[in-house]
Amino acid sequence: MSGSRTRPAPGGDPMSETEIRQETMVINMGPQHPSTHGVLRLLLELDGETVVTCKPIVGYLHTGIEKNTEYRTWMQGITYVTRADYLSPFFNELAYCLAVERLLGIEAPPRAQVLRVMFCEMNRIASHLVWLATSGLELGAVSVMLYGFREREQILDVFEAATGLRMNHAYIRIGGVIMDLPQESTERIGDFLDMMPGRIHDFETLLSKNPIWLERNVGVGVLPPEDALRFGVTGPTLRASGVPRDVRKDEPYGGYETYDFDVITRSAADCFARYEVRVEEMKQSLRIIGQCLERLGEPGPVMVEDPKVRWPAQLEVGPDGIGNSEAYVTHIMEESMEALIHHFKMVTEGIHVPEGETYLAVESPRGELGYYVVSDGEHRPYRVKIRDPSFVNLQAAAEMVQGGLIADTIAVIASIDPVLGGVDR
Amino acid sequence: MIAFELAGRVRATSPDVVVSRDEVTAYVQPHELLRAVATFRDDGDLSFDSLSSLTVVDWPERTPRFWVAYELYSMVRRHRLRVKVGLPAEDPRVPSITPMFPTANWHEREAWDFFGVVFDGHPDLVRILLPDDWDGFPLRKTEELGGVDTLYHGAFIPPVDRRTT
Repeated sequence: MSGSRTRPAPGGDPMSETEIRQETMVINMGPQHPSTHGVLRLLLELDGETVVTCKPIVGYLHTGIEKNTEYRTWMQGITYVTRADYLSPFFNELAYCLAVERLLGIEAPPRAQVLRVMFCEMNRIASHLVWLATSGLELGAVSVMLYGFREREQILDVFEAATGLRMNHAYIRIGGVIMDLPQESTERIGDFLDMMPGRIHDFETLLSKNPIWLERNVGVGVLPPEDALRFGVTGPTLRASGVPRDVRKDEPYGGYETYDFDVITRSAADCFARYEVRVEEMKQSLRIIGQCLERLGEPGPVMVEDPKVRWPAQLEVGPDGIGNSEAYVTHIMEESMEALIHHFKMVTEGIHVPEGETYLAVESPRGELGYYVVSDGEHRPYRVKIRDPSFVNLQAAAEMVQGGLIADTIAVIASIDPVLGGVDR
Repeated sequence: MIAFELAGRVRATSPDVVVSRDEVTAYVQPHELLRAVATFRDDGDLSFDSLSSLTVVDWPERTPRFWVAYELYSMVRRHRLRVKVGLPAEDPRVPSITPMFPTANWHEREAWDFFGVVFDGHPDLVRILLPDDWDGFPLRKTEELGGVDTLYHGAFIPPVDRRTT
């Protein structure tokens, strides 16, 4: 695979009989490269230090999530989709569950909706922190990497306390969420809200005026809004190009229309603008989480009552973590045969979803995450298509990289924040 | 625009429109696709200026068998429209809309990769997520889940259900 181009000798030197051949060089960046956010391979054609063409090659992480869901029950589908974009598991769960709920014609109870919004926004902060940490590391800001992961760890601790897992939670379920928030979690989230603004300020102190950071990001990877729209780019990358597109505002879901927050845009359309948008978005997410905490004062159910939809098992926090409620196990094993049969039916066969199809989008940390879900009326999905924002945004990478320096490729790819688990699914 | 109003407006271009769960779906013939989508994009009241997603659903029992679904979105008007095209089981082909919406490029490659639907006029219709030498189109309903030997460290490992140890 070698591209070659010939050029006339420079300056028309009369002494040179033969023209000087200048060949471009084709190199593979990745699939195993520390700065490709997973297993992305870039086929780069280089003229010296300049990138002539760039071709992203994906698929190394393809795990057949869409096909797998067709062989599992509707409820089991959640455990698959949550693993697609592994840095934003709650968003995958939410989009899938909202789509199935629309097919079922049901809505989660208000308290469950608040919990969903709160966990999604915490997840957004965690995802942006990973972005900040890894991009910082790639551009030489090692301390940012350490701080970013330190703060993210606090969020993951809250996730672990509330859902039992640090990633791939399967917490959001069809019809609500699997369990209510443990009491101490509210305090922990409150502490996090008190701590985080100062930490975000620290990040800005470290980076926003840092000459090296500015040198690597300002004016690099410019994506004009027309190009961004042509390539279907969404999320912070689009908003940094000055387009105020946010699914939370444009097509509100899960009660987002009742929260007070701003859509952050920048007009510079370069890597630095994307950095600014993400940092400001973290502050907006903190605002939303604060509003969620106020609303959580009201107790209420977190799952629909319909026994044909709700997950039968009840979970509780035991001495060794989250597990099946002992009272519930006693009930189905010793007290009620009907309850046991119902439990068995719901766990093995699960819910039946009326025939139909729907497309539902949510605003993930990377942009529009859409689920096209088709049911043929059976207890398994007929088709689940994940419209992952990383997959679509990555198409614009070539446009942004070509004509720039190879060193800027790192900054540009980092600024799109692709997660290959979502790209390849 | 609410769903029924939108449906009425869409019906002026393509008569076969269904409203279900507040979502509008227009069914068009493969040869009419480009013209219909261009109208949906250029009509000032519709202005479907972006393509969110594109995928295929395989219904082996139905005729036509393959259904390509285009999810159009209007940034200006903030409404959605699904355009569906039915394609036959033998030699499923549809005109590519990549010249109209460059974002469709990878979506169409994925649809080819998974379902074997050919998009005429696509600039580079090659596999995207599966290896280049993959045989078959795995998301078709006629293909089973699993059952494929996996190349690992230079040797092929049989699938889980055929391993002896």
